Amino acid sequence: MSNRTLTGSRIRGRRLDLGLKQSELANEVGISPSYLNLIEHNRRRIAGKLLVDLARVLKVDVSSLSEGAEATMMVDLRDAASDQSTPPVELDRVEEFAGRFPGWATLLVAGHRRVEELERTVETLSDRLTHDPFLSASLHEVLSTVTAIRSTSSILAEPGEIEPSWQRRFQTNIHEDALRLAESVEGLVTYLDAAGDAERELTSPQEELEVWLEGRDYHVAELEGAKTQSPEQLIEDDVKLTLSARALILAYLQTYRADADALPLASFQAAAAEMHYDPARLATYFGVGLDIVFRRLATLPSKAEHLRIGRVACDASGTLTFRKPTTGFDVPRFGAVCALWPLYGALAQPMAPIRTIVEQVGRNPRQFLTYALSQPRYPDGFDGVAVYEVQMLVLPIDLLAETGINTVRSVGTSCRICPKIECVARREPSILSDGF
Amino acid sequence: MGKTVLLIEDEPNIIEAVRFILSRDGWRVETHSDGATAMSAIQKIKPDVVILDVMLPNRSGFDILQELRSAEETEALPVLMLTARGQTKDRELAEHYGASRFMTKPFANSDVLNCVRELAGP
Repeated sequence: MSNRTLTGSRIRGRRLDLGLKQSELANEVGISPSYLNLIEHNRRRIAGKLLVDLARVLKVDVSSLSEGAEATMMVDLRDAASDQSTPPVELDRVEEFAGRFPGWATLLVAGHRRVEELERTVETLSDRLTHDPFLSASLHEVLSTVTAIRSTSSILAEPGEIEPSWQRRFQTNIHEDALRLAESVEGLVTYLDAAGDAERELTSPQEELEVWLEGRDYHVAELEGAKTQSPEQLIEDDVKLTLSARALILAYLQTYRADADALPLASFQAAAAEMHYDPARLATYFGVGLDIVFRRLATLPSKAEHLRIGRVACDASGTLTFRKPTTGFDVPRFGAVCALWPLYGALAQPMAPIRTIVEQVGRNPRQFLTYALSQPRYPDGFDGVAVYEVQMLVLPIDLLAETGINTVRSVGTSCRICPKIECVARREPSILSDGF
Repeated sequence: MGKTVLLIEDEPNIIEAVRFILSRDGWRVETHSDGATAMSAIQKIKPDVVILDVMLPNRSGFDILQELRSAEETEALPVLMLTARGQTKDRELAEHYGASRFMTKPFANSDVLNCVRELAGP
């Protein structure tokens, strides 16, 4: 049924509203009642003089009866319907609905738009809430540095002699603090400049790294195969990066290059597909550590957005140290994430591989196969402190033929914006329970 | 050697500056940077005055102050709280937990010196 059929439904709706019989209206405009019946049931097209006459008798503007004017309405109604999983709506009667009840249809579309606006507001506010710790920490950093500069410069400015060795020391301290201050202020300015643009607020070096990688879809072609550029060359011209981000990106790229050397793209990509992206089988096949395979899988170029492999990593405190989301599996930019993620199951069981299917609650949930593993490093030697890194791969289920897992774990993103109000792992109330 | 001040602060260049101005005034200055082990440092050093930063690694200065005030041997120990936040809430918390004095960063060297002198008494 096309949009033009709407006109007939509207004529019928308006006639009934006025309490006119079909025959009465037909007589008024000089057509047979049976022909009007066909028009009202959208089985005949109508235009020109007849449409004008009908509009006159029905006491409405021609435009309110004519086709096309509400094409956008149809799209909006279908959009609203697609967001509602229950109860099912009669999509095949959407045009009839819009034609007969234009006021209700407008109200429904307006309500749907309002819901979408509020949801966007919730996301923005949620980001804002989690921004606060950054702002607080940054201001503390600035004030501490200013305090050090003020105290030190006061000493140097005092009358009387200070030993040359102290004088040099204090001058060095002031110089160091001035550099630190410049960087802290730069971060704050970036934050405040972006205040009206929640999408682009870069508030930490880690986020700068993630945005930098996102721009390349996490695949750095220049470091693959022929290696057309070095990690240093890749970032040397990017003047927007802060010093801290530059160091972080450089370290990431150096690891990337080493991983690419160990697992050349073509052979690794072919083996990954053949082995159904199983990190353990790939690690055995290539004779490398699982950590390298985890990282490498998440750098493979994806054939389509929805097939992108995600990866998150955290340290022993549970703080995320790397975020690569994928469509349908969101990773909060700030604050703590969902405690039900298999990432944290792995954190509690070092060296035990955990394979789980998860589904993030929300609209249009998708399933993902996750692989999670916690591995210790001993940078200070065998007797030194164990530093744990936990990684979790997030593989769209569409990439895989068969997982052999029948249970699906329902997880969230972070408590603040999670609709699972009764969640057993909830640590703070959700703002979604407050009427949003 | 004069009386002992223990400065619990994690910012190295603040430590250096405060140590200098107090040492020059005749104080013996000890420093400590970790909140988690600050209590044991206080018990070991037995200072006459503590300068305590609020935001410390691993443990808040307010927590340390609370523990100080709940132990008989340290309940009367003079404590000057330092914080980068000059907010009312922090000032109220400092008073609530029993800080002898409260000072916000950035501070003047002379203010710190005068405060320590007053807290140590004659």
